[in-house]
Amino acid sequence: MDKAAQEAQKRYQEKVKRLEPRPRIARDLFRAFLTGGILSIIGQGFFDAFSRIEPSEGEAVAATLAAMIFLGALLTALGVYDEIAEFAGAGAAVPITGFANTVVAAAMDFRREGFILGLGCKMFLIAGPILVWGTVAGFFAGLLKIAVLSLLR
Amino acid sequence: MIYLIAFLVGGAICVLAQLAYDYTKYTPAHVLVGLTVIGAALEGFGLYKPLLNVAGGGALVPVTGFGASITRGVVQEASRLGWEGLFTGVFEIVGLGLATAIILGVLLSILAKPKD
Repeated sequence: MDKAAQEAQKRYQEKVKRLEPRPRIARDLFRAFLTGGILSIIGQGFFDAFSRIEPSEGEAVAATLAAMIFLGALLTALGVYDEIAEFAGAGAAVPITGFANTVVAAAMDFRREGFILGLGCKMFLIAGPILVWGTVAGFFAGLLKIAVLSLLR
Repeated sequence: MIYLIAFLVGGAICVLAQLAYDYTKYTPAHVLVGLTVIGAALEGFGLYKPLLNVAGGGALVPVTGFGASITRGVVQEASRLGWEGLFTGVFEIVGLGLATAIILGVLLSILAKPKD
């Protein structure tokens, strides 16, 4: 292969490299950040409101989580959350609204398989692992904390 | 000010998860379970409460806050009731949201149709 051919091949490869679609990782990260951030601001709004009317912070936390779950469920039924998830990736899955989304979407999808064996069995098909491992982790973390606190007392 | 910090912290946790989606072989289910367990563990070590005080919704809305709330309920109820609280406390704080998800899931599945 002579030098001119080599040059031509090199130019060709550079051109291919330039025209190849770039991985959209920066875009994905930005969208996840934006969506997760906005949902967190909404959560802060609920937390502020509930902190004024609930007697303890624990109850304000509980009410905020429930309000976000309510919001996620509603947006799922309206078909909006699917589009948010398409746009945001992890930014829609990580907030607790995403947990509600997986529960309600599964309920809607599996209802046609029956209320007991479809909806009943499969509602927590996706959210189940979070609930199971959250319970196990929370139990042992709480046990550890209580044990340490009572040893120090 | 807390709204800005909530935005930044909540966004940052989602970015961490998106990085795990893009750069590791873990499925979204693994990443979400991982975040929940990390939140529960951090609360056990007393580290999640300070984050909640600084970032509010930014610490509460991501599933890490869900995990932390489970631990918080367990500690709160075990201090109040003794050993039974280790069990009943699991759903003390998150139970309200879980029941909301189940009840709404059933009602909405009757009212709304999935589009396909």
